[in-house]
Amino acid sequence: MNAGEENQRRFGAPADAMVFARGVRKSFGPLEVLKGIDLVVPTGSVACIIGPSGSGKSTFLRCINHLEQISGGVLLVDGEFVGYDLRDGKLYEVKNSLLCKRRADIGMVFQSFNLFSHMTVMQNLIEAPTRVRGVPVQEARARAEALLARVGLSEKVNSYPRELSGGQQQRVAIARALAMNPKVLLFDEPTSALDPELVGEVLQVMRDLADSGMTMVVVTHEIGFAREVGDALIFMDQGVIVEQGLPRDMIADPQSPRTREFLSRVL
Amino acid sequence: MSVVEPTEAGGRMPDGAVEQLVVVPRRHYGIWIGTALALLVAVAIIRALATNPAFDWNVAFGYLFHPSIMRGLGNTLLLTVVIMACAIVIGTVIAIMRVSPSTVLQSFASAYVWFFRGVPALIQLIFWFNLSLLFRTVSLSLPVVGMIFSVKTNDVMTPFVAAVVALSLCEAGYLAEIIRAGIKSVPHGQSEAAGALGMSYRHVLWRIILPQAMRFIVPPTGNEAISLLKMTSLVTFIAVDDLFYTAQSIYARTFETIPLLIVVAFWYLFVVTVMSFGQHFIERYYGRSDRREDNLIDRLLRNTGLLRHPGAGA
Ligand SMILES: Nc1ncnc2c1ncn2[C@@H]1O[C@H](COP(=O)(O)OP(=O)(O)OP(=O)(O)O)[C@@H](O)[C@H]1O
Ligand SMILES: [Mg+2]
Repeated sequence: MNAGEENQRRFGAPADAMVFARGVRKSFGPLEVLKGIDLVVPTGSVACIIGPSGSGKSTFLRCINHLEQISGGVLLVDGEFVGYDLRDGKLYEVKNSLLCKRRADIGMVFQSFNLFSHMTVMQNLIEAPTRVRGVPVQEARARAEALLARVGLSEKVNSYPRELSGGQQQRVAIARALAMNPKVLLFDEPTSALDPELVGEVLQVMRDLADSGMTMVVVTHEIGFAREVGDALIFMDQGVIVEQGLPRDMIADPQSPRTREFLSRVL
Repeated sequence: MSVVEPTEAGGRMPDGAVEQLVVVPRRHYGIWIGTALALLVAVAIIRALATNPAFDWNVAFGYLFHPSIMRGLGNTLLLTVVIMACAIVIGTVIAIMRVSPSTVLQSFASAYVWFFRGVPALIQLIFWFNLSLLFRTVSLSLPVVGMIFSVKTNDVMTPFVAAVVALSLCEAGYLAEIIRAGIKSVPHGQSEAAGALGMSYRHVLWRIILPQAMRFIVPPTGNEAISLLKMTSLVTFIAVDDLFYTAQSIYARTFETIPLLIVVAFWYLFVVTVMSFGQHFIERYYGRSDRREDNLIDRLLRNTGLLRHPGAGA
């Protein structure tokens, strides 16, 4: 049994859990932003997180790939603590090289795209594979070209981010994350910064990804997308998960009054 | 005929007339008066320069390529290049320390900037030149191994070395601030995205942050290089034979003070001009991902085939 499976057994995580959170807490100084999050995202499934502004959705997502350190609880990705190793009942912070290695397996797509603005699309896509993973340049380029074709941007290989529309930039950002062959993809409101007519093209790429079996955690305000593509819908408010379930059921018949109120505002 | 016929009130202007609408520029009386004044001043200055025999233009021309002046110019350029190179290295290190997560490194870097920017360059220069008053010898000895080397301070601290050390440390203080501001100007999302891709802190700094910071670093650094070029004339005080020093030693003998100062001024201006051109091209290089910048000189150079169109090829 490897360390991942051992962790999963120890903390009661299902064997197929890609992301497993139990009692996850996070404070910024005196402000407790996450107050005990319990969540399981099975491998190959799509979890959509919704909730009002400031409820801690982004913070939770950033905890998953250790951009933020959690203050308490257990958070496993594919059975591993991203920033720690468990030995003799203690969590040892891992050294930076190992943290980088684990982060490389967790893709992240940001609301503001965050493409490297001094690099062309191709350079954006091969920077991490070649320099973090050591993939030969030729191989990385070939893979990048295939990914660009997949997001429908083959003709933009040599463009700089500034020359692309928001929707195109976000599709490149998705391709950049995919270039690392991640185990799981995290999306933080990927369409919120886009003009309405550009939202569709990004959602289409994400829909294709979901169909291909990618495990995804998506913070979004696109309820339609959540209903259609999501395997689970999670409603967060004030640092806790208020309600979770099948998207269709939850949208049609929310159990909690807070969920009902929120959904009535966004639908 | 280009004057548009007046149409009846509310009537539609015929298409032909629309094409021939005449634009009458606004009169800029203020600018005309200013121009006249500027021309007047220019004529007065040129007359004073040309007719006053004390300027001795012929003498100045005679000294323009004088071997001593050339040697001085060479030393000035050498000093500028060496000092700038050292200052960039030290300044980058200090800037990285200032943005590092360690408070100890941050404080050290802040103290460095505070001290070396605060004390006048001339005082630092004379201090390093007189280092032997503080330390007679410079030696390195390690436990177990014993003495590695030991030299008299005066043998190492030649005027040239003192100049390089003093002005590099001083200049690095300024550059550190410029580089730090450049690093801070790169949006936080860039390092976050890089981190999420598994890049290490060093990788993010060198491959993602610094290249983008360069756009903000290069213009003020160009200005720094130009002021450094002029600041090197301070080394005259510790008898390094730079451009100014050689000119001084000539006019100390011949009393042709003004012509030699003209020669010195000419060479400083010449080098500054060349440096400004260089700065322009470096700025262009680091701004290449932002193609909206497109000025006259670029277009001229491109049109004459001196520059490849940035859109061509990868
Ligand atoms: N680095 C930080 N330091 C201090 N407080 C923070 C930090 N990051 C987030 N917060 C606070 O944590 C709370 C939750 O923020 P978070 O960004 O997770 O909300 P969110 O649910 O993603 O909201 P939105 O829908 O607006 O993106 C907010 O009150 C925010 O002010
Ligand atoms: Mg958010």
